Amino acid sequence: MSYSSDGPWARFRADFAESRLAMIGLALLTMVIVIGLLAPVISPQNPYDLAQLDVMDSKLAPGENSAEGKTYWLGTDDQGRDMLSGIFYGLRISLGVGIASTVLALAAGLVLGLVAAYFGGWVDTLIMRIVDIQLSFPAILIALILLAVLGQGVDKIVIALVTVQWAYYARTVRSAALVERQKEYIEAARVLALKQGRIVFRHLLPNCLPPLIVVATVQVAHAIALEATLSFLGLGLPITEPSLGLLISNGFQYLLSGKYWISFYPGLALLLTIMAINLVADQLRDVLNPRLRK
Amino acid sequence: MLAYAIRRFGQSIFVLVLMSFLVFVGVYAIGNPVELLVNPQADEAERLRATAALGLDKPFLEQYWVFLKGAASGDLGRSFVFNVPALGLILEKLPATIELAVVAMVMAILAGIPLGLIAGLKPDSFIGRGIMAGSILGFSLPTFWVGLVLIMIFSVYLGWLPSNGRGETVMLAGIPVSFMTADGLAHLAMPAFNLALFKLSLLIRLTRAGAREAVLQDYVKFARAKGLSQSRVIGVHVLKNILIPIVTVIGLELGSVIAFAIVTESIFAWPGTGKLLIDSINQLDRPVIVAYLLVIVTLFIAINFVVDVLYSLLDPRVRLGSTASAH
Repeated sequence: MSYSSDGPWARFRADFAESRLAMIGLALLTMVIVIGLLAPVISPQNPYDLAQLDVMDSKLAPGENSAEGKTYWLGTDDQGRDMLSGIFYGLRISLGVGIASTVLALAAGLVLGLVAAYFGGWVDTLIMRIVDIQLSFPAILIALILLAVLGQGVDKIVIALVTVQWAYYARTVRSAALVERQKEYIEAARVLALKQGRIVFRHLLPNCLPPLIVVATVQVAHAIALEATLSFLGLGLPITEPSLGLLISNGFQYLLSGKYWISFYPGLALLLTIMAINLVADQLRDVLNPRLRK
Repeated sequence: MLAYAIRRFGQSIFVLVLMSFLVFVGVYAIGNPVELLVNPQADEAERLRATAALGLDKPFLEQYWVFLKGAASGDLGRSFVFNVPALGLILEKLPATIELAVVAMVMAILAGIPLGLIAGLKPDSFIGRGIMAGSILGFSLPTFWVGLVLIMIFSVYLGWLPSNGRGETVMLAGIPVSFMTADGLAHLAMPAFNLALFKLSLLIRLTRAGAREAVLQDYVKFARAKGLSQSRVIGVHVLKNILIPIVTVIGLELGSVIAFAIVTESIFAWPGTGKLLIDSINQLDRPVIVAYLLVIVTLFIAINFVVDVLYSLLDPRVRLGSTASAH
């Protein structure tokens, strides 16, 4: 394959586009994000405006019409809510919580990991000991306990997700930074007597980013799955802000009586979102790994 | 070795006390359990009496101290809701969780290692690719989602398997188990598979990676050159060498299977400790939450310790502790 002189971004794009599966994932992910962003505009109804709901329409099967002739393409739930609109709004919340918690955890882990690697000594020992202890317990257990203590709410679940995720980033950044700081450009920066903050953030940080980007993409999927699980268990979000997990949980009780659509379609949306992110992340890992470059 | 064991034991006690303190502080902050336990019409005097009866009127540090003293003698407090010792409540539910976890792990091992070997030996074949695609799915699907789909297919549409409970149990050495009866097995199948799926995917990946590396090694080429049969080369030479990391991961994952059982137990209404934890969180039953965590953390620490020791026995190159390397 021939690279034009368009610079690293063009090469990155060309490398990424090599996998058709990854491009499908990217298209799917773009679609999901657009739906999430535009949910209030494109949804047939506002599912949380009680004035728009009609209890007479409750638990209609997909494709059935309401008394006024509206068609519910994905059916309705126990309160007569249009599932399609519910899923659009749910996607918005699931994606929002997943992305927000990942960005915050990334920032926290980045700073702590860099500090640990750059300063070493007891700072390093202290930070990494906390990381070790935390990573020896499953994320779901820690998140569950935190939520039991904090209660329900979007802010609470973001706090819980950040708490369980920062350690992954801290560990990833630290190991990348330990390798990078031995290199000559850092030595050169030191010889130039640059300020420590400048060396850490302008020289060390950009060179530690590629492995972090990969971990962060995978973690968005994990965060969304974890949030859905916690909401399913009734510990994540309040019923006033239903994510996909909460929609699934709400439909679970009707599953056994054959009304599958109340849980199944939100589940399908969750599945597609997670798969799309994973496909993109897999390709990013290959593209950003210099050892795999042909 | 002994020095190592003693040091590890000391560290474990430290982690345990630290965890108990953090959890106690956290759980202490959750609402007021008295509100849930006392009749809403009760007057102030009755509320105070109930608070005092539970020991909740004392200052925080004194409550913690009372708890620590009790914990040292095996008393983790009484459940506010059931008014029985919290530890007893958990130990009563623990066999169900352990049975589920062990069956899930056995399923993961029995299927994961052979599938991983196939995928590792024929990485580019249709079967190899199929197995990998399956393991990626198993990794990315949330456990509760898979559980839901299983119920939808096998309980609702096919009507083959029951969707909740443990089924008929028999006593095995004084402990009720499900896997000895046909009804129990039917109840066990879906939750165990659900819980096994993630570990199954993990084992497939590990075994595949190990096998791909091992077949390129000189000892495998040598074994082939000696004219040994394919099954002997794979079953003895390759498997023996890739088993060390696999055994470690199996050991370490046993703890996380017990933690993940919280989700599976909630979906399939399996009467184990995970379901108890969720119920206790919803009812603000503090002593049970604290006791659950302490039991689970103790279990975790014990498992990690056993795995470390086993690891050193399996792989003579590993020496435990820094003192041993001086010899």
